[in-house]
Amino acid sequence: MRAPELAVDAPPMQSGDVDAKTLPSFVYGHRSTMWWGTVGVAAIEGTVFALAIMVYFYVRTRVTVWPPEAPPPDMLWGTVNTVVLLLSLIPNHFTKKAAERRDLHAVRVGMMICIAFAFVFLFVRALELMMLNVRWDTNAYGSAVWFLLGLHTTHLLTDWFDTVVLAVLMFTGPIEGRRFVDASENAMYWNFVVAAWLPIYAVIYLAPRLL
Amino acid sequence: MTAGATVTGGIGRSSTSPPAGAWAEREGVFGALATVDHKRVGRRFIVTAFGFFACAGILAALMRLQLAFPEQTLLSADKYNQIFTTHGTAMMFLFAVPMGQAVAIYLVPLMIGARNIAFPRMVAYAYWVYLIGGVMLFVALILDIGPDAGWFSYTPLAGPQYGIGKRSDFWAQLITFTELSGLMVAVALITTILKFRAPGMSLDRIPLFVWAMLGTNFMIVFGMPAVMVSSTALIMDRLVGTHFFNPAAGGDSLLWQHLFWFFGHPEVYFIFMPGLGVVSAIVAAFSRRPVFAYPAMVLSLNATAFRAFGLWVHHMFATSIPELGKSFFTAASMVIAIPTAIQIFCWIATIATGRIVLRTPMLYILGFFFILVLGGLTGVMLASVPLDLQIHDTYFVVAHLHYVLIGGMVFPIFGGFFYWFPKFAGRMLDEALGKVTFWLMFVGFNVTFFPMHVLGLAGMPRRVYTYPADMGWGPLNLTATIGAAVLAAGVALFVFNVVRSLLRGEQAPDDPWQADTLEWATSSPPGPGNFAEPPVVGSREPLWSPHGIVGRVRGLSVEVPEVLVTTAIDARPDSRNAMPGPSLMPPIAAVLTSVMLISSIFTPWAVVWGTIPVVIALTIWFWPTKRETEQHIKLEKPP
Repeated sequence: MRAPELAVDAPPMQSGDVDAKTLPSFVYGHRSTMWWGTVGVAAIEGTVFALAIMVYFYVRTRVTVWPPEAPPPDMLWGTVNTVVLLLSLIPNHFTKKAAERRDLHAVRVGMMICIAFAFVFLFVRALELMMLNVRWDTNAYGSAVWFLLGLHTTHLLTDWFDTVVLAVLMFTGPIEGRRFVDASENAMYWNFVVAAWLPIYAVIYLAPRLL
Repeated sequence: MTAGATVTGGIGRSSTSPPAGAWAEREGVFGALATVDHKRVGRRFIVTAFGFFACAGILAALMRLQLAFPEQTLLSADKYNQIFTTHGTAMMFLFAVPMGQAVAIYLVPLMIGARNIAFPRMVAYAYWVYLIGGVMLFVALILDIGPDAGWFSYTPLAGPQYGIGKRSDFWAQLITFTELSGLMVAVALITTILKFRAPGMSLDRIPLFVWAMLGTNFMIVFGMPAVMVSSTALIMDRLVGTHFFNPAAGGDSLLWQHLFWFFGHPEVYFIFMPGLGVVSAIVAAFSRRPVFAYPAMVLSLNATAFRAFGLWVHHMFATSIPELGKSFFTAASMVIAIPTAIQIFCWIATIATGRIVLRTPMLYILGFFFILVLGGLTGVMLASVPLDLQIHDTYFVVAHLHYVLIGGMVFPIFGGFFYWFPKFAGRMLDEALGKVTFWLMFVGFNVTFFPMHVLGLAGMPRRVYTYPADMGWGPLNLTATIGAAVLAAGVALFVFNVVRSLLRGEQAPDDPWQADTLEWATSSPPGPGNFAEPPVVGSREPLWSPHGIVGRVRGLSVEVPEVLVTTAIDARPDSRNAMPGPSLMPPIAAVLTSVMLISSIFTPWAVVWGTIPVVIALTIWFWPTKRETEQHIKLEKPP
């Protein structure tokens, strides 16, 4: 078998040669380079979250009363947002599966629902920021809380924007098979952003009450 | 194992001509700005890192002139503070770490038989971000607003209370620039190494150089975030009134030290491990045999990468941390000597049982052994708490760190320049000049830094801009300054050698050293797309083993730049992937990112409005063109 792009005098295939033409031009999951890129970024950001939590507990050791000079953040909106974020995993999972089947219609619907969820959790996040009961410049505790919540909010914004751009592309085109890999990886990143929230929620809302 | 055996499997001279089509490089200004070829970007990264090395070296020379005699007034105390801070910052963040990655950007795809690096536009963007950030640091120094709190920028000296003006803010944002760049390159290199290897190059067959780069870049992924967190917290303390490092409001300046050194100690190994990879490559080629005990070498490299994260507190022995903690970190610091020692013994075994060829690259490696072992020994000394307390912050530490970093990184990298220059440039460097360069650098280095051990034991603190004559430190300081002049002459001679070779050097053959790895299986310099037909690999030393190259990868499109993707562990052919072509978006996005980062030094709101153009640029960058998509659809084959 000959590869037509090669020079005309290219010798025929021999045993030991690999014919790339027979291989798929896009693949999902860890077979795809996009997966490795996304996991790499998630590893970096996960490390940042872990260090920010470390900062919180380091600062905790510097004082006797916790939280210092402030009541703990109000539980309501943080808890509501945890529920919203967890529920968003459902349409997100649906979108990921649709992307893997290359079902354009279902991907469009799924992404629209995810974006609707994103509007809700961004709105609730704004309410959360107003109910922290401490400012970032009050003391180191306030700085650590705002740093954690600020970091996670940046991720919510990024995730929302990525999804909007990809959704628009899914409606306007140009579309090829690889765009479904993008949609699948976008969904995986979404899972990461939700998963990262759970320890951060525990630190911001539960730690001041339990420690 | 026959060293230099005939290359088999049909990847000889005839097939080294490059494929045409989409891999062809564009000429002119557009081509230069838009390129995403790993060789062009890598070469640029190497030259830029070398430029920052030279600039930081000039600052070192100024410091040596100031200290040559007691009570000199060449530099004021304030200027001296800015100069030593910029010297250290530039050497660590703009030379040592990026140089290791730069060499990897160029060499790793060639060594694993790939056509390009993964995420090439991201790597191009990382280059521009790095360049602009580095220039910013030196511009700040020239404008007399250079950072002045030392390269590890301790609070409270660098904090809002004592760090006046914008000096430490420039330092903190330089960190953002370099970490952004370094992290993106790390993700690209890890993906390249795990997914773009030639078929048959399973993980137990990848060159030790590539193992070293894989370990290094994994360390960067988990280590660099710590300095991003700390420098961000520092700049927030300075600009928006947070209190992370303010003990009066529940913060702690020791928190800075923990965060910084949780990055800073692994950083030593980000710098040192690429050096280990270079040593393995050169030792094999110039001993005419594979490195002894490959599995032990690989395990040692990975053990070093893990252990490096458990040492940071040994930089903090002079603080109030608990004694038990200090003992733990003393033990940990001694344990890390074991994997390094294993590697050194393996190299010695390789050299002893091989046929050593003493060319310039090998001389640098022998120099590395001598210098690194001395640096390692003073490291074991410093790991002991009572000794550390005595000589903390003295010239003994300055001597130690230069022995480790120059021995562990600069000497191997210079050896690497001599070794790979024929591949980079298609010309040989002059051997006689090379040997003179080595001896100038080796003698110059030791004359500069050995006396500093003695000065440190005699009590001379680091970072003083002058000293009184009756301390008796004059003669050794003068000796060090003379050594620095010899070292500088060596570096200048190297630059002369490079320029001379580029102008009228001898043409380099494909494989001037009869070495074992795949970068020597293609032309010098490699053409666009690296290999006409990428190789299929059958052994660990593809160019030495009779069954090293068992076939070729056929059927990749060259209408679009297509690469073969293989499985992460066994490197079985798995899919093909169309790569992005040249684009102006990476440099544009890098300029916009820089505007945002530099403006944020002056107003925190820049983070908000400065992000908008960056986001727009990234969206345009991502958005696929109709033409590209049509080409891809023609080649499309679903899984």
